[in-house]
Amino acid sequence: MKGYMGIDIGSISTKGVIIDSSNQIIAKEYIWTKGNPIEAVKELLKKLKTQVQDQDIEIVGIGTTGSARKLIGAMLNASVIKNEITAHAIGTLSLHPDVRTIFEIGGQDSKIILIEDGIVVDYAMNTLCAAGTGAFLSSQAERLGVSVYDFGNIALTSKNPAKIAARCTVFAESDLVHKLQIGYRKEDIIAGLCKSVVSNYLNNVGKGKKIREPIIFQGGVSKNIGVQKAFEEEAGTSVMVDENGHLMGALGVAVLSKKKPITKQFHFSITDDHFETKGIECHKCPNHCEIICVRKNNQLIDFWGNRCSNGSLSK
Amino acid sequence: MNKKIISFPHLGNYYVPISFLLKKVTSFEVKPSPPITKKTVELGSKHSPDFVCIPFKYNLGNFIETLENGANILIQAGGGCRYGYYSEVQEKILRDLGYEFEFINLIDGDHFTVKELFQTFKKLNPKLSFIKFAYYTLLTLLMIRYMDEIDQYIRNNIGFEEVENSFSELQKQMLDDFSKTRSYFGLTHKFLSYRKKFRKLKINKPKDCLKVGIIGELYTSMEPFSSFFLEKELAKMKIQVRRFTNVSYLLYQKKLHRKKMLKYIPEYCKYTIGADGMDNVYRSKYLAMEGYDGIIHIKPFGCTPEIGAIPIIRKVCEDYHMPVIFFSFDSATSDTGIKTRLEAFYDMLKERKDRL
Repeated sequence: MKGYMGIDIGSISTKGVIIDSSNQIIAKEYIWTKGNPIEAVKELLKKLKTQVQDQDIEIVGIGTTGSARKLIGAMLNASVIKNEITAHAIGTLSLHPDVRTIFEIGGQDSKIILIEDGIVVDYAMNTLCAAGTGAFLSSQAERLGVSVYDFGNIALTSKNPAKIAARCTVFAESDLVHKLQIGYRKEDIIAGLCKSVVSNYLNNVGKGKKIREPIIFQGGVSKNIGVQKAFEEEAGTSVMVDENGHLMGALGVAVLSKKKPITKQFHFSITDDHFETKGIECHKCPNHCEIICVRKNNQLIDFWGNRCSNGSLSK
Repeated sequence: MNKKIISFPHLGNYYVPISFLLKKVTSFEVKPSPPITKKTVELGSKHSPDFVCIPFKYNLGNFIETLENGANILIQAGGGCRYGYYSEVQEKILRDLGYEFEFINLIDGDHFTVKELFQTFKKLNPKLSFIKFAYYTLLTLLMIRYMDEIDQYIRNNIGFEEVENSFSELQKQMLDDFSKTRSYFGLTHKFLSYRKKFRKLKINKPKDCLKVGIIGELYTSMEPFSSFFLEKELAKMKIQVRRFTNVSYLLYQKKLHRKKMLKYIPEYCKYTIGADGMDNVYRSKYLAMEGYDGIIHIKPFGCTPEIGAIPIIRKVCEDYHMPVIFFSFDSATSDTGIKTRLEAFYDMLKERKDRL
């Protein structure tokens, strides 16, 4: 059977799916990136492999997306390397073709994608601050001593959500500490955080956008039911969350890779190879471009970061 | 007394005509600022107020580098928006840093006349006659017009060149040749022959290629470094680019077309909104009517006239179903973020086009 693999390497988590030619997910995995995309992808591949080992699957398409898409694309010889926005739109549309608005909140970025007749017509991504993203929520969960997995359910128990000034992560944190110190209940604070994520998102990323139904909410934060409920309250309509909402980016590039098969055969044994990245600064002009070199078993396979031909290296 | 060396900040390729004019009307050595690099921005940002718009930081960085390079007469212009304060503030900052130099502000206040310009140059070169001044000023203006005209051709076609770098190589040659101009006849002759050469460069351009208009603030539009080489990125994606702002536009077309532009957009603007704000609203509608595929609006972070124009541009684009994307540049902007958004914009335009 032919399989297509999509990998979404984000700042916080790494997601991977393998689909068959009718877009059915045959394997999926979600792990933490832990600041090391190469190791994370190796671990991901091992886990995906165990899920498909009883089936006879040949990987004929590989796509990468997320902030480490280029690096992992070079590592795996991917044929599709796509930005997160397009990948998410394609992934979501493959499961929910009628969707009009996509809210996506990930580890460090958040985006809104507007769709008309199955194509993207407008989008936006947060530009200035990470307030109201997954990283912010998980660091606050830690401060409050609760697991981020329980966050949403705790939020639902609150009757009086606290108002938290969440324009900026740092100030939100000091406001949160202040509210704790003057005696607010923990669940009210947590519910307040979920609400502030939503209002921050709608005021910044969603500013000036016409939000139309059906709305789908995805990305890691969509697993937080407190945020989902806060979205529904704010938007005044129901907001869908897909069970695979955190995998949409990976799914999107897997779907895209069907159109563009890989040229080099892929083996899961790639996890045994040694990959290394090294940043070198080019000193040929005051631009001091940082050139990233990717080596596989001590052989240079790719490099980027140079602005002119002075900084090009020979492979 | 030290030898006098005159210098000025960068703006795209316009250092060629500016150097040309200064060489002809003053008796000093002319040395443009060293090319803009990351170090220029770092230097400029270090000594600028944090929230000033980014062109200020580039200009200041240019000044510092050129002073270090031996220049001792600096030229700055101004007018329009916050740009009107650049001269005074930059001069003060540079003096506080301990540099010694003469500072010449070409445009004092908002208006500027040929007579004032002549007087400024007369101070630098007492022997300068008005006839000589007028001759070279007009010749320089003509050079700028020719440059802008060729530029337009380049933007239309560079994305489709068959031989990599053939356009930019020829442009370099042309600028080099232009700087050796002596007469109107010679300049026009050069222009015509280069236009022919450009048209002969091989291109592979499909009829229905993607067409995008770049609008927005003037400095980020004209200085490629400040927009992270946006036009180059678009060319790599094989997109034809239309950009309105250039020096010819700012010097005379803008004033000439003001009434016509306002008449074109009565439903959006009844009067101008500062700097190029209204112009950009006009351009948005124009691009939509002309069948362009998308609009990219660029500005420095905190650019007030453009912030005023953005909601109106949004409205125009909504009314005409025109995809639009807004970029705001600052010294702390990451180019990865820009690339991601630009790639997504390309995908969006491509998908739309393929549907039609």
